[in-house]
Amino acid sequence: MTTPLAHYLILAALLFSIGLAGALARRNAVLVLIGLELMLNAANLNFIAFWRFGPHPERLTGVMFVLFSIAIAAAEAALGLALVIAIYRHRRTAQVDRFDSLKG
Amino acid sequence: MSMPNEIAFLLCALVTLVGAVAAMMLRNLIHCALCAAGAFAGLAAIYLQLDAQFAGFAQLLIYVGAIAILIVFTVLLTRGADILPGTASAAPSWWMGLPVGGLVLACLIESILASPSLRRLPPPEIQAPVKQIGEQLMNQFVMPLETIGLLLTAALLGAVVIGLREPRPSEPNSQ
Repeated sequence: MTTPLAHYLILAALLFSIGLAGALARRNAVLVLIGLELMLNAANLNFIAFWRFGPHPERLTGVMFVLFSIAIAAAEAALGLALVIAIYRHRRTAQVDRFDSLKG
Repeated sequence: MSMPNEIAFLLCALVTLVGAVAAMMLRNLIHCALCAAGAFAGLAAIYLQLDAQFAGFAQLLIYVGAIAILIVFTVLLTRGADILPGTASAAPSWWMGLPVGGLVLACLIESILASPSLRRLPPPEIQAPVKQIGEQLMNQFVMPLETIGLLLTAALLGAVVIGLREPRPSEPNSQ
């Protein structure tokens, strides 16, 4: 356990940027959701790293936050993918730049 | 510095980053989903390296197990794996994503390198047994746990309701 804290933080920053760039650039709604998941994972990695390097790791707050965050990410993924399927059924496309009308 | 730890971290970080970049750049959506699963697995290995065993295995079960499968099913159900000919708009618009991502990365790296918390050393040996996590979940975090249960139930019911095919008796040739 001698990898410095900065390495974990920089890895999380890289992961967040990759997810952000992909979520902004890709047009398929499923890939936008994958980008969102990558950004959530980068935040989780920061929580775990700061918990491990923090002064009171025995209080387990970082791990708890990550567990709740993973649960919320699971709910978000299920709902988001269900929305993608519903929109695909309606519009026959999963490209986000085609979802440009509210009337359907 | 102990070299084996460092090498293990670099390998896991490499798997995670390559998986993430491939998931965002490949054209075939099935390949993208599988690369994203690889990135999630690399992150789970990094959690294990950080002595967060429970979070690492939860990540492995939920992300690599459940969410990746869900993404693959959605890609198959929306026929995203087919690359339609003549659809120029399917190409990614990197001119928008790359500058924003690069800007955010530069800001993050600059503030990370300027942070005084980098000199912090981890406590040498910590114990995070599952028993202790369970006790904390049942005592200190029991209210959030109940709320998460309610939220998950509501979200899954909502996903089923949204995903249901609505009946259209008024349109005989809706297919």
